[in-house]
Amino acid sequence: MAARTLYDKLWDAHVVRQNDDGTCLLYIDRHLVHEVTSPQAFEGLRLAGRKPWRVDANLATADHNVPTTDRSLGIVDPISRLQVETLDQNCRDYNIVEFGMRDDRQGIVHVIGPEQGATLPGMTVVCGDSHTSTHGAFGTLAFGIGTSEVEHVLATQCLIQKKSKNLRVRVDGAVGSGVTAKDIVLAIIGRIGTAGGTGYAIEFAGSAIEALSVEGRMTVCNMAIEAGARAGMIAADEKTTEYFRGRPYAPKGALWDQAARAWRELKSDNDAKFDHEVVLNAADIRPQVTWGTSPEMVVPVDAVVPDPEKETDPVKRVGMQSALKYMALQPGTPIRDIALDKIFIGSCTNSRIEDLRAAAAVVKGKHVAKNIKLALVVPGSGLVKRQAEQEGLDRVFKDAGFEWREPGCSMCLAMNADRLEPGERCASTSNRNFEGRQGAGGRTHLVSPAMAAAAAIAGHFVDIREINVERAHGDDR
Amino acid sequence: MQKFEKLTGLVAPLDRPNVDTDAIIPKQYLKSIKRTGFGPTLFDGWRYLDAGEPGMDHSKRRVNPDFILNQPRYQGTQILLARDNFGCGSSREHAPWALLDYGFRVILAPSYADIFYNNSFKNGLLPIVIERDALDRVFRETSATPGYKLTVDLAAQTVTTPDNTVFRFDIDAFRKHCLLNGLDEIGLTLARVDDIRAYETRRKQEAPWLFS
Repeated sequence: MAARTLYDKLWDAHVVRQNDDGTCLLYIDRHLVHEVTSPQAFEGLRLAGRKPWRVDANLATADHNVPTTDRSLGIVDPISRLQVETLDQNCRDYNIVEFGMRDDRQGIVHVIGPEQGATLPGMTVVCGDSHTSTHGAFGTLAFGIGTSEVEHVLATQCLIQKKSKNLRVRVDGAVGSGVTAKDIVLAIIGRIGTAGGTGYAIEFAGSAIEALSVEGRMTVCNMAIEAGARAGMIAADEKTTEYFRGRPYAPKGALWDQAARAWRELKSDNDAKFDHEVVLNAADIRPQVTWGTSPEMVVPVDAVVPDPEKETDPVKRVGMQSALKYMALQPGTPIRDIALDKIFIGSCTNSRIEDLRAAAAVVKGKHVAKNIKLALVVPGSGLVKRQAEQEGLDRVFKDAGFEWREPGCSMCLAMNADRLEPGERCASTSNRNFEGRQGAGGRTHLVSPAMAAAAAIAGHFVDIREINVERAHGDDR
Repeated sequence: MQKFEKLTGLVAPLDRPNVDTDAIIPKQYLKSIKRTGFGPTLFDGWRYLDAGEPGMDHSKRRVNPDFILNQPRYQGTQILLARDNFGCGSSREHAPWALLDYGFRVILAPSYADIFYNNSFKNGLLPIVIERDALDRVFRETSATPGYKLTVDLAAQTVTTPDNTVFRFDIDAFRKHCLLNGLDEIGLTLARVDDIRAYETRRKQEAPWLFS
């Protein structure tokens, strides 16, 4: 057999049927469901008199709308409440497992899937959410779908798909101190652009990617969609297998051994051909900060806000001008001089335990600057929250003046009460700096957890490489 | 799904790249559990000067007179001209629902984000990939000519200007077939029940842990 990429292997293993026109019926192993993109799909299923094909392949949770403050009173906003209750009802009607708002296992769908072992290496994973690419971190083919496709998967366990092209993004060498997975992926997007991956499945490879923890790899794959690729993925290795050992939905005993053997094959063959390849030198990557309204509008923290007059492409120039106007920034302003109003540490990009540890290490023993109106930490799941509390991270954050909240998507997209007011500027560990994303008129700068934490303390951006970071706790994993 | 065959419609230009689905339909409206009613809040942040919330009477809101779709000459438009990477960002199918509910049936752009492109076809919205030079010309002519209309013929895969210049476009055969006939893809897949069951039987042997 010809040498194949990881994507080729995952694709081939899931083809139910290849049609004459080149489209394929692709089998889906895991379908994750949340409240925002599923109600119309369940309604469609019901209207057509159809039933879920394979109930046990589905796992649901409410994450986008849930409050991050005290949940004992439920959801105050009646429209949000109806949407969450609709998910509850649909899951009851069709017998789908749901981690409800008061379940410890509830959280952001892309955090809880891997956390539970509901996502496993070698699977196809879909969800009505573009950040489903996160799950590619384990040698998994994972991509976001719309509501029509949510209904299609529910009804048939399959999707009609056309294969994407193969793009490999290699990050060679080792990153410097203070440079994280988030900085790597922002630098990649800065290089290839928000449409650089359109039509491709991206495999992230190279020694800097291999050196990342499994959670760091999730951060990288999470933002593949921000480079235009529906799916991002990374080869499975020993770290991947160890990550899943003992998780509730992971196989046990002999089945585990069989699965773990199979997972060793989840990598591209040495001589596999990619349609396109991009190479970055890890040592060149500095801590990244976005300055505009698209994730590709990103520069290193020690740079200045770029000047549209120097852009030769007229369409891009207009885009830069309109972004600067929205962001209320002047060309030439040092990034470090940008003062902030709010800080958000959370989202499916950066809300796992390692993210919280990294942020806590920066803020320990310090206090949020006076000009910061609100600094939020929103753990990715109830279990992440519990672990962080066992490690004392909640105290570190609260002592430093942060608010410690309940898990959910929160201010990444501001569907609940957590949001920016018009004109407010935020250092955010989330994935999108689009106009109005964190609240109408709000201004978002995307950064790593450590950079967001450092900005909270200083009140403006600072170069994390110039800060002495102590360990927030004794756990050196 | 509603069919698409042929349309002659008024054209409106949205001259900016990377229009994301958050801009097409902001998050607060995604709390709806329906597929309809998103038209009045399409491009909400650009279209209105005040902050919009679900349940408002949007006809009473302060309109932004500078936003292109608010200009009288573009009322009743059905064809949207756009720039690169249209529909990037979130997978929300509310974006094509909102465009359709507003009255659009066709988009012309040099490139689209994959998920948005895919979602559009499932709802009878035709996203056409058009060459940059042709698009630049249509942008110029639309701005210069009030009442500018294009004719889009899906079967022939053509876009025709008022002076009878014809631009051909490519489209995937399967998508074209579904759109021309208004086909339900789930129905098509369920005609392959035997294939799905055969796959599952084989897969249970190869990778039993996926079914445990």
